[in-house]
Amino acid sequence: MRYLPLTRADRASMLETIGAASVEELYHDVPDGALLDAPVDLPGHLGEMQVERDMMALAAKNTGASSVPSFLGAGAYRHHVPATVDYVIQRGEFLTAYTPYQPEIAQGTLQYLFEFQTQVASITGMDVANASMWDGATSCAEAVLMACRATRRKKAVLSGGVHPHYREVTETYCQFSDTEVAGRDGNPEQQATVEELDDLIDDQTACVVVQYPDVFGRVQDHTKLAEVCHAKGALLVVVFTEAVAFGAIKSPGSFGADIVCGEGQSIGNALSYGGPYVGLFATTQKLVRQMPGRLCGETVDQDGKRGFVLTLSTREQHIRREKATSNICTNAGLCSLAFTVHMSLLGEDGYRRLATLNHENACKAADALDAVDGVTVVNDSFFNEFTVKLSKPAADVLEVLVDKGVLGGVPLSRLYPNRSDLDNYLLVAVTETNTDEDIAALADALKEALA
Amino acid sequence: MAKKFSQEHEWIELEDGIATIGITDYAQQSLGDIVYVELPEIGKKLTKDGDAAVVESVKAASDVYAPLDGEIVEINEDLDVNPALVNEAPETDGWFFRMSLTDESQLDELMDEAAYKDFVEGL
Repeated sequence: MRYLPLTRADRASMLETIGAASVEELYHDVPDGALLDAPVDLPGHLGEMQVERDMMALAAKNTGASSVPSFLGAGAYRHHVPATVDYVIQRGEFLTAYTPYQPEIAQGTLQYLFEFQTQVASITGMDVANASMWDGATSCAEAVLMACRATRRKKAVLSGGVHPHYREVTETYCQFSDTEVAGRDGNPEQQATVEELDDLIDDQTACVVVQYPDVFGRVQDHTKLAEVCHAKGALLVVVFTEAVAFGAIKSPGSFGADIVCGEGQSIGNALSYGGPYVGLFATTQKLVRQMPGRLCGETVDQDGKRGFVLTLSTREQHIRREKATSNICTNAGLCSLAFTVHMSLLGEDGYRRLATLNHENACKAADALDAVDGVTVVNDSFFNEFTVKLSKPAADVLEVLVDKGVLGGVPLSRLYPNRSDLDNYLLVAVTETNTDEDIAALADALKEALA
Repeated sequence: MAKKFSQEHEWIELEDGIATIGITDYAQQSLGDIVYVELPEIGKKLTKDGDAAVVESVKAASDVYAPLDGEIVEINEDLDVNPALVNEAPETDGWFFRMSLTDESQLDELMDEAAYKDFVEGL
């Protein structure tokens, strides 16, 4: 039997109810360039063996980040994921369990979510974390919306150090809620001062958003900025793309952040072409009722035994409908589980050691690259990622490097396509997966390419 | 002035042109243990029957509507730390907010205590 979800008459009556003339009109917010108006151009159906052969041939065109020395980062990081992570997340009890609709029956799922939240809260230095968001960029956008709710204001100031993709997603979310997004353009050579950001804060500013470490890799203490925000009734939102960093640098909670959110991919999750990833989101006890997303709590049952529940559900749309704090109604279940398993394997000591290894390798790479003619390390500070300025356009140099079997990093022109002043800058990420030989290969390849 | 009551189970008490508003004993009993009250900001302009506050109990989250047109002049900050006040003393210490009124004659549309009692008994 065919599944026929709606008749033409159903559809017409739904359109009439919401006041749209056609289904196409519903999608008018999708930019023309992104909208597909013809069938996808694919070859006709083939036998299974032939499909497999064709797909293998396509896959062979890629240069996998694990197959060559890779220094790609800019928001997604290659780390070693222990085999145990994959083993645990593929257990049937976890792999098949979507966020349960009768959540309390799935105590195992709730327990790992509670542990996940505990881990996120402790690395960010915050009181409470939710059961995860879609990814880092949407966490950032949700943080801005939350700050607007909490302060009843309608403007967000984004520092130039915020990843431009996070900024775009935030702007997309905000354009439908009358929220103004202000801020400065990113500049790898100069960081915005507290005074410059202060000038942008007015009595309508709900929050200031900074990235830490920022998109160029710089690590800055934001204690003073937090004070400035709070004095003006605004919240400080701290965004991050590399969750390993907090094993080595001060937690955002320690300098007074009100919301801390970002990408959790780098713990437990592979690069896998950009997703699925897992958004982390933490805040203070005071603001917990304004927080989006699911929240798991610990309690005792009628026999006094420890148990877990989903709590503060009145924030969520299955209870509050259109007045919910967010339209998110689930979490990134499997990716948050991978995060939790990896984190549990590392433990606090292991997490700190992992962070130290990352920083040590990055220091080695920075020294090696700075010694190359035509390469200048721009950063004064960094964790495991830094910006270098080359004597030639970075995108061209990277093409030469690929031919030499090195993925040298992400050119800033990829992140800022309209900023020709950034053409010569390259973002280099170095993790525990990079060996001394990898670093030497990058330095040698750059030496040849820039000669 | 004697208390007035709305069909949304709010009580209203006018004194020197300022109305104090809370939810009734019947409302708090129906809601059960109250765990959180979200109050409007001072200076917010309210329209009759529009959203004014949210009261959250262990059972549900409910909207509290403005019974009259006006502007918020004071909120009960004690509810922030002790929302259970609404259960303990709904019609005294557990008040929600105070508002100045645009049109005092709107009060005439509300019920007096006897009418409200009849209204509740009819539910």
